[in-house]
Amino acid sequence: MLHIINKSPMTSVALESCLNSATGGDILLIEDGVYAATRGSATEAKVRGAMGKFKVHVLLPDLEARGFGDRIIEGVSPVDYAGFVDLTANNKNCQSWL
Amino acid sequence: MSSNVKKFMFVNRKAPYGTIYALEALEVVLITAAFDQDVSLAFLDDGVYQLKKGQQTKGIETKNFSPAYRALEDYDIEKLYVEQEALDARGLTVEDLLVDVTVLGRAELGALMDEQDVVLSF
Repeated sequence: MLHIINKSPMTSVALESCLNSATGGDILLIEDGVYAATRGSATEAKVRGAMGKFKVHVLLPDLEARGFGDRIIEGVSPVDYAGFVDLTANNKNCQSWL
Repeated sequence: MSSNVKKFMFVNRKAPYGTIYALEALEVVLITAAFDQDVSLAFLDDGVYQLKKGQQTKGIETKNFSPAYRALEDYDIEKLYVEQEALDARGLTVEDLLVDVTVLGRAELGALMDEQDVVLSF
């Protein structure tokens, strides 16, 4: 399953709820959710901890817009819009944690 | 300054692009400056992300409004305050910001808010 997060991890519990409930699969960080993919943030450990259970992706155009294109946590894979489509197509279903 | 001048503080707590708040705040700040008021901007929580250097919005086909923060001093808006704790929690330092700011702790920012005549929240 593909889990899509579009809220900042500092102002919303969307990522946390996802990590608490989801059983595994792919996580894609988009829009303000991309801040969860940045090194040095207080939520970095949470994301690193999730990597055993999930494959974490980040939408690069959203990260670059926010000035963090060069600060991705190692192990988080950047994807473009075509990669976003591939993730939705390759998963049986998806859930947006709005 | 004459007695008609009020102290306005704009409190920015939202990240840019994900919502319209950051851009709308900028618009209102510039309007207020045109009325020769005593304007200051505070950046708290995710609001500090508005000032991150190196924003490149070509990929999301949205206007990059971050250069406007550098133009604020041309409108005599020179009081930019950033919350220290917000920077720390996001792995940021003043070196990561695209304008010169005054970094304050939460308590100092709170005291500054008390001094204002008008506080506008975004």
